[in-house]
Amino acid sequence: MASNKSTPLLKTPLAAAHEALGAKMVEFGGWLMPVQYAGILQEHQAVRAAAGLFDISHMGEFIISGPSAEAWLNSVMTNDIRAISPGHGQYTLMLNEAGGVVDDLFIYRLKDQTYLAVVNASEIDQDFDWLHKRLMANVTLENVSEDYAALALQGPKADAILYKVFVKEIRHIRRNQLMTSRFMGESVLITRTGYTGEDGYEFFCPPAVAAGLWERVLAEGVSLGCVPVGLGARDTLRLEACYPLYGHELSPTISPLEAGVGCFVSFDKPERFVGREKLREQKKAGPPRRSVAFEMSAPSAPPRAGYAVHADGRSAGVVTSGGVSPTLGKNIGLALIDSGHASVGVRLEIEIREKRHPALTVKKPFCCNIQK
Amino acid sequence: MNDNIPDNLKYTESHEWLAERNGLATVGITDHAQTELSDVVYVELPAIGKKLAAKAPAAVVESVKAASDIYAPVSGEVVEVNTALTDQPALVNQSPYEQGWIFKLKVADRDEPGALLDAAAYRAKLG
Repeated sequence: MASNKSTPLLKTPLAAAHEALGAKMVEFGGWLMPVQYAGILQEHQAVRAAAGLFDISHMGEFIISGPSAEAWLNSVMTNDIRAISPGHGQYTLMLNEAGGVVDDLFIYRLKDQTYLAVVNASEIDQDFDWLHKRLMANVTLENVSEDYAALALQGPKADAILYKVFVKEIRHIRRNQLMTSRFMGESVLITRTGYTGEDGYEFFCPPAVAAGLWERVLAEGVSLGCVPVGLGARDTLRLEACYPLYGHELSPTISPLEAGVGCFVSFDKPERFVGREKLREQKKAGPPRRSVAFEMSAPSAPPRAGYAVHADGRSAGVVTSGGVSPTLGKNIGLALIDSGHASVGVRLEIEIREKRHPALTVKKPFCCNIQK
Repeated sequence: MNDNIPDNLKYTESHEWLAERNGLATVGITDHAQTELSDVVYVELPAIGKKLAAKAPAAVVESVKAASDIYAPVSGEVVEVNTALTDQPALVNQSPYEQGWIFKLKVADRDEPGALLDAAAYRAKLG
């Protein structure tokens, strides 16, 4: 991840809380973030079995509003924003003209003409500039990242903990829906979303109440097995769920069709979104590469991003993410490989420190407990 | 930090420990190193008979997050490796100075071990 070493790392409003919990802090996308508290494996298992609480305040937030906001969003994002009504959110992507991914993000329709976009921490400035350059009349774009802290509560017990924290002013919402509630007198946006392959919620709140909300969730959740979780387990959880990570499965030289997120691209909407023509050509011809999930077939070191992939004795692509699956106890990974090899049950070889190790492509995801 | 740093061992700047007796050196990683790495999931052991120069990469310890090279603290020939780590890599976390040892070297230059950090110097380095 590119970062300017001369600028001090940004801290979230929860930095002191993390240090009090004994977290190990690392640089991530320009931010000082907790990578782990008790240990990545333990935290991972807590999220799969009970619940975990994540600081995601580093993520960026933009507000897009105005009478033309809907049409404009449809011209810069791949998904069809008309598909969602107020109170709903959708995953979407921003592309370059070549059809490569500038960023992946979530957009929530707060009101008829007001939207909240949640973007990757390391891409906040780049995304804002990219969007600002393309702005049209009757649309306002604001970077409100400093007005929001954010927490993610994930796992099978997340629902029960939510009801203990927000006793009143809470109602049932479904996956990708949102509601607003209150905490310490402040408005909190609650979305039923996440990046773990578990049911769960994300909370967007003013920075001033973030530490209070963090402590309250942990206090209410402790008896149900809820623990604080760092970026280390966030990565192993999302890998098991096969969620793409920007900079790994998604990049300016990888198209959504190659990355396997083509279902979030609307070719039918009237607006010509950036990158549509190239993507349409690629759809017609078939993407040259595809992202596949694989498991190592024999004991080996864990596969890591950047390792070469071979098939039929020839170079076939590259590992984009890899590691040990704490849930399966296997070495797993995602690789971007030539489409000819991109089906389930194909034998691959992963090159680890100049030795090739057998692997097999498998169905995505490795783990996921979300009811659709 | 309350890192365990036994007085009877020698240490490197790169967080290996070495116990030498009669020209045979046992090598592992320190308590500090295993804490920093956290959950070790794989250890790639060196080949027996391999001749290593001091500070040459000798083994690889992989945590959930990343792969880290382990360096030979002194020059010598690999004469034994801890095969228990193949099935139980977490021994590096649980018992870094005993059951989690990684390899043994026949020391090439008997003066080299003495030049490594002692416990006090290693402790001072960690701060």
